[in-house]
Amino acid sequence: MSDEHHSLMNPYGFILLALLGLTGVTVAAAYVDFGHPWSDVAALAIALVKASLVVAFFMHVKGSTAMIKISVFSGIFWMAVFFVLILADYLTRTIAFTG
Amino acid sequence: MSSASTSAAHQPGLAHHFESYEQQKESSFLGMWLFLAQEIMFFGTIFVAYVVYRTMYPEAFAVASRELDVPIGAFNTGVLLLSSFTMVVAVIGAKRGSYKLIAVGLVLTILFGGIFLGVKYFEYGAKWEHHLVPGPYFEWHGEEVGRGVEIFFCLYFGMTGMHALHMIVGIGIMFWMLWHVLVCLYGPRFGFAERPRKWSKDNHNFVEGFGLYWHFVDLVWIFLFPFLYLIGLAGTH
Repeated sequence: MSDEHHSLMNPYGFILLALLGLTGVTVAAAYVDFGHPWSDVAALAIALVKASLVVAFFMHVKGSTAMIKISVFSGIFWMAVFFVLILADYLTRTIAFTG
Repeated sequence: MSSASTSAAHQPGLAHHFESYEQQKESSFLGMWLFLAQEIMFFGTIFVAYVVYRTMYPEAFAVASRELDVPIGAFNTGVLLLSSFTMVVAVIGAKRGSYKLIAVGLVLTILFGGIFLGVKYFEYGAKWEHHLVPGPYFEWHGEEVGRGVEIFFCLYFGMTGMHALHMIVGIGIMFWMLWHVLVCLYGPRFGFAERPRKWSKDNHNFVEGFGLYWHFVDLVWIFLFPFLYLIGLAGTH
C-alpha cells in the first residue's frame, strides 16, 4: 500500500491514459455491427477491463491485504448471484411481451 | 479523539481502541469496502431492472438510446476519469503528509466533478425541452416502437440521477475536507485560530477512504456510459 516508489505518472498516469483510450475504443466499437449479442459483449468486456484497472490501481486493491480482497470479491460475487437468480427467471419466460 | 491517554499523546491520530496505525487503517478500509459492497448491491438492482426491461423492449431501447448525445457523454466520461486521477493526487498528498498536495488534488477533483454535473444539467435540460422526461409531460414523435421508450428514459434518469446524487454528496464532503485543509494551511493568516491537523503520514484514512468512494462513483459511470448512450449505434454511421 506504500507509494514510496510510485511517481504520479507511474502507474497512475498510465492508468488514466489507458482508461481514456478504452473510452475511445468503446465508442468506436459501438458503431460496428457485431450482431446480437456481440456488441453488448464487447461493450461489457471493455467496461470490465476499465473497472478492473480502477479497482486494482486507483483503489489500491492490488497490493492490499487478503481481508480487503475478500470483501471486494464478496460484494461482486453477491451481485453476480443476484443477477443470475433474477435473470434465470426473466430470461426464460415464454410469454410474449406487448407494447 | 481528544483522549488524554499516553498512547494517544505519543501517537497522534491513533484512536485508543487500536493497537497500531496498521490495525486502524485495516479496520477503516474494511468498513469502507463493506459500505461499497452495499453500494454495489444497490446499483446492481437498478442494472438488473435495466437488463430485464431491455430484454423486453430491445428495439425501443435502441431507438431511445439514439436520443442521447454521444460526444457529450464521451466528454463527460473523460472528465470523470480525470477527476478520479486528481483524487489519486489528493490521496498521494495525504500519504506524504502534504496538505498542499491534498488541496491541489481536492480543488481539481471538485472542478472536474462540477464540470460533469454542469454538463449533466444541460443534458437534462435538453431532454426536458424535447419532452423526454417520463410522466404526463412525456411525448414521443419518433419511430413507433411502443412504450419501451418511456421506460428507457425512466431508467436513464433513475440511473444517471442516482449517480449524480452520489457525486453531489461526494463534492459536499470534498468541500468540507478542503475547508479543513485550507484553514490549517492559511487560516492564521486570515485571523482563524491555529487548528490541529486531522491527517498525517500515519493517519490519513479519511482521505483515502473518501478516495475509494469517489472511484466507486467513477466505476458506476464506466458501466452507465456504454449501456445508456451507445446501445443503438451498431451499423449506423
